[in-house]
Amino acid sequence: MNILVVDDELDVRALFEQRFRREIRGGQLRFAFAHSGEEALDYLHEHASEVVLILSDINMPGMSGLELLGHIRQEYAAPPPPAPPQVMMLTAYGDDDSRRQALELGASDFLTKPVDFVALKQKLLQLAAHDDAPPL
Amino acid sequence: MKLIIFPPIPSILVSLFVFLALRHFLELRERAPRLNWLLKYLWVLALPLLLVVRITGSRWDTGVFWQIDAVYVVLMVALAGVVLIRLRALQPARTLLVALAPFALYALAKVPDVFLDNLMVFSFGNPADIYWLFSIAWLVGGTLVAYKQQTLLQQQRLEHELEARIKARNQELEQLVEERTASLVRQAGELRETLEELRVTQNQLVQSEKMASLGELTAGIAHEIQNPLNFVTNFADVSTELLGELREEQQRGQEADPELEAELLTDLEQNLTKITHHGHRAASIVRGMLEHSRASTGERLPTDLNQLADEYLRLAYHGLRAKNKSFNATLDTDLAPDLPLVEAVGPDVGRVLLNLFTNAFYAVQQRREQQPGPDYTPTVRVRTRLLPGGSVQISVRDNGTGIPEAVRQKIFQPFFTTKPTGQGTGLGLSLSYDIITKGHNGTLSFVTEEGQGTEFIIELPLSARNSPAPTPGGPAVNPAPQTERSSG
Repeated sequence: MNILVVDDELDVRALFEQRFRREIRGGQLRFAFAHSGEEALDYLHEHASEVVLILSDINMPGMSGLELLGHIRQEYAAPPPPAPPQVMMLTAYGDDDSRRQALELGASDFLTKPVDFVALKQKLLQLAAHDDAPPL
Repeated sequence: MKLIIFPPIPSILVSLFVFLALRHFLELRERAPRLNWLLKYLWVLALPLLLVVRITGSRWDTGVFWQIDAVYVVLMVALAGVVLIRLRALQPARTLLVALAPFALYALAKVPDVFLDNLMVFSFGNPADIYWLFSIAWLVGGTLVAYKQQTLLQQQRLEHELEARIKARNQELEQLVEERTASLVRQAGELRETLEELRVTQNQLVQSEKMASLGELTAGIAHEIQNPLNFVTNFADVSTELLGELREEQQRGQEADPELEAELLTDLEQNLTKITHHGHRAASIVRGMLEHSRASTGERLPTDLNQLADEYLRLAYHGLRAKNKSFNATLDTDLAPDLPLVEAVGPDVGRVLLNLFTNAFYAVQQRREQQPGPDYTPTVRVRTRLLPGGSVQISVRDNGTGIPEAVRQKIFQPFFTTKPTGQGTGLGLSLSYDIITKGHNGTLSFVTEEGQGTEFIIELPLSARNSPAPTPGGPAVNPAPQTERSSG
């Protein structure tokens, strides 16, 4: 399963790569990284149907995670669809307002920082299992 | 026919007028009141004489009348002599005395003649008559001289009086000046006290402004510390995992994969570096916060303005973000990599930057509210540059609402704010202006266009020593000079 992580903090890459080293080595999860909403959109345009899940920070300079979410929903709304990627929001501001807004915009999940990697790993592996299962 | 010494009117009448003139001329009322009184009622003395003439049936030109008249003249001359001697201290009186002397002599000498009925017709051949003419002329001349002297004396007296009056007036004025001076000194004292009170209040305000901006920062600081701390815990955690993996690998002995081991070690090393880095990052934020709240020591130290600008930009941004969660802006940093260290009071310049950033974010937020939609991207840019003249420029530009023409003159004034009550103290820019101009001999100016944005420009000399001399006697409350240009 291809996952795109969007965060303006550069060290997120090193962290994810180490946290999921076994899964990456095992080929269960593949990570790509973008440091801004704009960069994420560019990546999505280049790798249209590959990305299954997006993990995005909300609070970033420039395009925020919520704006990115809006863009993605807009672009994937028109048929013919490649199946739209799921978007999970990751934020330090775990307030109800942001959560409601994110869910309204179609986020599939809303996680607060600091990230509980054990729980996240479980979720991702579950999704990956689903994803890799042959379509019915 | 008898000699007519006097005109055919009684000498007594003449004398009345003469003494009236004398009294006034010599100002007897003031100088000799009793003598004056006596002379005033001289006519009473004349009454019995006239009565005698009447009773004796004498006519004006009879011998008896002449005799009485001659005696009376002598008496009057004597009386005049007494008066004049009495007033001899007065120069005109002395002159009159001298003028009267020949006539007095004549009058005295004539008395026996009258009684001897030795009267003769006036003749120029008669030496006595010549002498009479001379004495009368002498008297008239002397009187004129005395009159002149008296006029002069009066004039002098007037001058004296005037002088005295001026002197009195001067004294009055001096007293008035003294009173005024005393009241001014008192007022100055009161003003000094008030000024002292104001100074104390100002210091308190500056301190509360610092605290207010610290409050604004708190959320931003919390967020800024949370991020590096997350990394510290995460990298520490993951390093523990890596160590476990490494140990497992080592326990496999012969089957161990040396490549994997090397990779794990590299990762561990990298993680430790990252932990140190993020630990320092958090520490620097805490230090910045402490420095911000602490009273400034005013010590100028070589300061990295790039770091300062970057730090406070993030703090200000997250501070606002914490308050308004839907807010977002593009942060654009254009920091000159070769920027030399600048001798500056770091916390003070930081406060200025924080203030400028907060204002910039406020402006773009305002414009965002007026103009929702995708064609407006709120942007705040900070740029540092080394200027050819040996100074450093920091510019903070936003594409917010701009500053309206009407308030441009006032933005550096203390307590001026356009923010709603409770949202701004109105001291931010005023303090910033003081910090930059008075504290660092720099300049703070701005360029703005309504609806387009504002750019604040700080210029700081590299060191205090080669800075231009501050303007002497600058006012305590900043006069807020400013450059205004319209940006394109």
